[in-house]
Amino acid sequence: MPVIRVENLTHIYSRGTPFEVTSLDNVSLEIQRGGFYALVGATGSGKSTLVQHFNGILAPTTGKVWVCGIDVANKRLRRELWRKVGLVFQQPEHQLFEETVFDDVAFGPRNLGLSAKEVRERVFDALRLVGLDPDEVEQTSPFRLSGGMRRKAAIAGVLALHPEVLALDEPAAGLDPLSRRQLMERIDHFRMDRGITVVLVTHNMEEVARWADRVAVLHKGRLAMEAAPREIFNKAEELRAMGLDVPATVELMLCLQARGVPVRTSVLTTDEAVEEIAGLLNRT
Amino acid sequence: MISSITFGQFIPGNSLLHRLDPRTKVICVIATAIAVVSIVKWYEFAILAVFIFLSMILSRIPARIFFRGLFSIWLLLVVTFSLQALLTPGEVLFGLGALKITREGLAAGCQIFLRLALLILIAFLLTLTTSPISLTAGLESILAPLKRAGVPTHELAMMMTIALRFVPTLLTEAEKVIKAQQSRGAGLGSGEVVERVKGLLPLFVPLFAGALRRAEELAVAMEARCYRGGANRTRMNSLVLELPDYVTLGITFAVLAMSVWLRFQNRL
Repeated sequence: MPVIRVENLTHIYSRGTPFEVTSLDNVSLEIQRGGFYALVGATGSGKSTLVQHFNGILAPTTGKVWVCGIDVANKRLRRELWRKVGLVFQQPEHQLFEETVFDDVAFGPRNLGLSAKEVRERVFDALRLVGLDPDEVEQTSPFRLSGGMRRKAAIAGVLALHPEVLALDEPAAGLDPLSRRQLMERIDHFRMDRGITVVLVTHNMEEVARWADRVAVLHKGRLAMEAAPREIFNKAEELRAMGLDVPATVELMLCLQARGVPVRTSVLTTDEAVEEIAGLLNRT
Repeated sequence: MISSITFGQFIPGNSLLHRLDPRTKVICVIATAIAVVSIVKWYEFAILAVFIFLSMILSRIPARIFFRGLFSIWLLLVVTFSLQALLTPGEVLFGLGALKITREGLAAGCQIFLRLALLILIAFLLTLTTSPISLTAGLESILAPLKRAGVPTHELAMMMTIALRFVPTLLTEAEKVIKAQQSRGAGLGSGEVVERVKGLLPLFVPLFAGALRRAEELAVAMEARCYRGGANRTRMNSLVLELPDYVTLGITFAVLAMSVWLRFQNRL
């Protein structure tokens, strides 16, 4: 059952002015409940615009978007969508504003009208989920944390809303490799644990290969492809033409194939690549 | 939601007005503004309006952009018109209780309305056709004589350039922060006064933090390039007055001279 349904969505910014930009052009797709959905595309392909339709920040210029059964064209219902869809913006650490990390993470839950006890539980729970020690950071000013910790605290602020759909706009960009992997692991764990849907906006193909079960490729505001990662990465040439790339594993297999080595190219993870090459060596 | 177009923002183009020297445009705007405030007769208004409309056509900027700008100050226009119309003593045209609209009031109201509208259109002609960078270059050049009196004209122009440069950046940032806080259920700008002011904190704290961060980054970047303000710096595009500039200045000063002359004629 789709949790998000997008039908012929077009979004035009600054309509009717010389600054008019068509950001999304007739996009249709469905996102299944409980899935890990990746939205990829080069800079300016419209991915960020698309996710902002999911929690009611933007309304379609034309076309329809249903989120959890709610038509986002309805202004009153759209305003309430933040309760169901958590959206982590790019560089969320720039939105922290409270005096302590606790208060900042508690901002969302308090807006939900929860009791002090529930707020406290949710804040601690969310901080642990992103890998911060609640006892250590709760009374610290967010401005005194390191960049990576600030990012985690900001993501905790959205997780504490307990959303049904968690949309993240390049959450790992600018983090070190270890933090990147840990963050993605935690997000995926959170998804399976709570049965939520994750929508990940990224242009990191390794992340797509490792985590996503479905991918949509946007190119200049249009939906270029929509399939499972394996099928998408079979079209390396098309991806490159759109300013994207394939994961290193697929790249390796493509190079081997070009040299006449009979390997499958649809390998997504390092483990699969190791297996494929080991199998090949055993056969010869 | 904050519109991505600010009131009177520069619209790139290649019209005659876009190509004029910024100094010409600044001086012409001042001259025309003086003309607009000195005229009193209806036919004089008509002449100046035609002059300004012709300039608007020459700018090749769609008229609706100018009028949308005018519309955004409709409240000011309506209030000044009403005050003039209601509070000027004279021959009563129609009255409702204590409120009386007089013939003289109506005339004065229309004049102030026209004056304000024309002034706004003149200002738009400048800002819509001049990029902030060339505008500050022009102002710096016009203010250059004050340097001898110890006025740090270059630094002032630099500050203006930087301030203008960061207006769109801060607007974009504000929009992003508003969206992010709305995503966490922030009700920006609703409720009681105290609540409203409190509700703005989630917007202003990140915005100020961001502005300070940017200021620091900019300072470091400028220092890294060994920037020293005003120390005999030259410009990449030096300003040169050409024939169209002299023609424009000539026409504008003719209009100004006529308006001022008519003003003194009317006095006598």
